[in-house]
Amino acid sequence: MSAPLSADLAQIGKSVVIKGELSGSEDLYVDGQVEGSIALKNNSLTVGPNGSVKATVEAKVIVVQGKLEGNVQATDRVDLRKSAVVTGDIATQRISIEEGAYLKGKVDIQGKSDKAAGK
Amino acid sequence: MKLFRGSSGGTEAATPQPAPKLTRRSSGLGELSRVWESETPLTVLDLGSTSPANIRFFVERSHKIYSEDLLVASTEPHLVTKDEQGAVVLDSRRFLADNLVYPAAHFDVVLCWNLPDYLDESLVRPVMGRLWSVLKPGGMLLAFFHTKDAGPDSPCYRFHIVGKDVLEMQRIVLKREARRGPTGAIHTAINDGFRLQRVFNNRHIETLFRDFASIKFFLARDNVREVLVVR
Repeated sequence: MSAPLSADLAQIGKSVVIKGELSGSEDLYVDGQVEGSIALKNNSLTVGPNGSVKATVEAKVIVVQGKLEGNVQATDRVDLRKSAVVTGDIATQRISIEEGAYLKGKVDIQGKSDKAAGK
Repeated sequence: MKLFRGSSGGTEAATPQPAPKLTRRSSGLGELSRVWESETPLTVLDLGSTSPANIRFFVERSHKIYSEDLLVASTEPHLVTKDEQGAVVLDSRRFLADNLVYPAAHFDVVLCWNLPDYLDESLVRPVMGRLWSVLKPGGMLLAFFHTKDAGPDSPCYRFHIVGKDVLEMQRIVLKREARRGPTGAIHTAINDGFRLQRVFNNRHIETLFRDFASIKFFLARDNVREVLVVR
């Protein structure tokens, strides 16, 4: 699947390697390697089929087609596509997992009251 | 205990295709359903292949679900080592350093499915020991064992919970990189799936779970014994 293109979408190509803290207020598509942390409070993160992310992730929507290692927190939803390989705990309000996706970790569905209470 | 690891059959298979699903009734699951319906949020560990159906089943009931595919984890090449006699084995300490890393007495239920039948011999007892420690006292573990009529080519299934006592079974088709297993073509994997490693009899099963407080057998018609143990 190709990346959705829009004016507010930042892309990290498959030859790019980033180590450190990533934060922003636009959607992010990662098809390269990222190690550290990613914070996109009101935006979405997509890990493309070639992407490899080793980071704690906070975003509104998290879509994974590649590899993701680290705990993730989505304020809206998490989509694990069939090629996804995820190692880490997932906290979200909604989740969809395609057949073939691999998950090693906890799935914690949080209601809005949970998040407000900081659970 | 019948061992199958010596037989051959490691030819390359075609690209994996989604396998059809079979339905089976599970008395062990039916017994556990009384636990699912409790108001108290449970912490459940699913050791089979990642199952969207199982994750949905538990989150809809406000339980916490952990998913960890130990069979795939056992195909990691770095686990291969040799014992004192020079035989190729898997390093159980390393395996347990990478997998099943949870606090003691953390889970209410562990869904083991058919893991013991397909897991490498060197990992079976250490894994069962770790599962005992991560289960809460009174916690339950469900496992399936083939009967003596099963052969080495008996397919390894993933299990999806679709009802109170109903499972869908889907033959596991391994991704290409995992097919050969850590120690070569015939050790863990067969063709594009996992190889049945052995058949436990009742006494072996009782020995395997000897540290647990109780054990209950359910016989089924499809050459499978279901076992529900309580810590």
